[in-house]
Amino acid sequence: MEGLLSVSVGTVFWASIAFIAVLVILKKMAWGPILQTLEEREQGIANALKQAELAKEEMASLKSGNEQLLKEAREERDRILKDAKEIGDKMRAEAKERAAQDGAALLANAQREIETQKKAAIQELKNQVASLSIQIAEQLVKDKLSDAEKQNALNSKLIEELKAN
Amino acid sequence: MITFAPLKFANKAQSLENKGSMLRIIACVSFILLGQWTIAQHDVSAHTTDTLHSAEVVHADAGEEEKFNPGEMIMHHISDAHQIHFIGQLYMPLPVIVWNHGHLDVFMSSAFWNGFDEHGELQFKSYTATSGVTYENHHESIVVASAEGHDDHAASHEKPMDFSITKSVFGMLFIIVLMLIIFRSVSAKYKKGGATKAPSGLQNAIEPFILFVRDEVAVPSIGKKKAGRYMPFLLTVFFFIWLCNMLGLIPFLGGFNITGTLSITLVLAALVFLITSFSGNGHYWGHIFWPPGIPFGIKLILVPIEVLSIFIKPTVLMIRLTANITAGHIIILAFVGLVLLFGQTSAVAGYGVGVGAVIFMIFMFFIELLVAFLQAYVFTLLAALYFGDATQEHHHEGDHH
Repeated sequence: MEGLLSVSVGTVFWASIAFIAVLVILKKMAWGPILQTLEEREQGIANALKQAELAKEEMASLKSGNEQLLKEAREERDRILKDAKEIGDKMRAEAKERAAQDGAALLANAQREIETQKKAAIQELKNQVASLSIQIAEQLVKDKLSDAEKQNALNSKLIEELKAN
Repeated sequence: MITFAPLKFANKAQSLENKGSMLRIIACVSFILLGQWTIAQHDVSAHTTDTLHSAEVVHADAGEEEKFNPGEMIMHHISDAHQIHFIGQLYMPLPVIVWNHGHLDVFMSSAFWNGFDEHGELQFKSYTATSGVTYENHHESIVVASAEGHDDHAASHEKPMDFSITKSVFGMLFIIVLMLIIFRSVSAKYKKGGATKAPSGLQNAIEPFILFVRDEVAVPSIGKKKAGRYMPFLLTVFFFIWLCNMLGLIPFLGGFNITGTLSITLVLAALVFLITSFSGNGHYWGHIFWPPGIPFGIKLILVPIEVLSIFIKPTVLMIRLTANITAGHIIILAFVGLVLLFGQTSAVAGYGVGVGAVIFMIFMFFIELLVAFLQAYVFTLLAALYFGDATQEHHHEGDHH
């Protein structure tokens, strides 16, 4: 070789052969499969991304559905609780009322009974007092009429009283 | 060290590929080459006194034999050669293949070696091949020795067709083998893993560059539809240039300047030219020979320019790559030369300059690493743009520049 800017036929010859050979070999052996695989992988990634997006959307819709359900369930629960409370209150109020009524009735009965009993007791007492009075009177009369004088005096007195009338 | 290197290489090769018969051949070739080298070493040391040609001639021309010539040193390193100079007196011979008047002579370049002079410069002697023709290595150009004795003037020598495996060709072949090994293993991984497996190892290291060439170079320049057709060429060119540039940056490996060799970039540029021309559609040629919408008078001026431009474009590609890579080598070597030049006056000056020069050289090496990639990218990008230009279909006045 002579100088930097000269062209050597031999070098051109070898370079042509070698470069074209490596080009052909690598095209067959390496670039084809590599580029194809890269393409496939990119397609795969694109598909995967698309599917992920779809899955995300599905998840979102599922989630909103779930939330809706949860909300509904919550409302249902609240409603049930409220109803239960209302029923409970009502029942309690009723029970209270009934108890009050029953109490009042019982009280009235009791008072009536007491009244009746009282009346009966008073009657009894009256009877007793009457009978006692009669007994006492009997005794007294017996006692008074034990002698004739006294009996006469009394008779006269009674007659006197009757006469006055 | 001589036998160790190929052994290591062979071992590594074995581990890389189990059935790599190709690699075994390479290992054998390197054994033979290096074996030759050792023999040559003996040969050379046998007649150290019998000095003859080029190196001495150069010294004689320079007048002062003592003086270190940085220009010569730089040219020696960046020029193509018939042997690889590692360091000091460590040379590797390369095959010389010459076609001279119907005779094919093949021999190792060590046949020209004739020991070293007192400066440690390799000396050359003539060699008579088996065909009976005597050849000389005249400034790294193989010439037929003239009958009237040793003439220094190159013009008087008859030049045979030189098909030698020179330093650049050897480096290129080395890179090609390296590419085949790398991409075969990467491709195998792609085939094995398929589209579903994440890339790993070497495949992972290479993939960004393949994607870079596809997505940043080919697709924007050519268009998605047609880019695939040019991808193999663009990828091959990109990795070839890049690896060749990188090989040239490894010190003590012979200072390869493959992409700085005009003959090699010429081939690359010629391929770009051929592909562009053959893939050029009617639209492309129409724009060159009969640009639409331009007055006739201007067409007369424009058409020759357009015609010229189809040749200029690849020529510029060729020159740009060669010049850039060579320039980088020259700068780094200039710093080396600076150290040696100052070292000649005094050792202290040499060391003093050496410190600064080494810092600049490290800086330059980083720049060169960038340039190595950048030039591969630029070449690939421009090639892709030309291909895109040639295959462009729908023309819009607005986006044509």
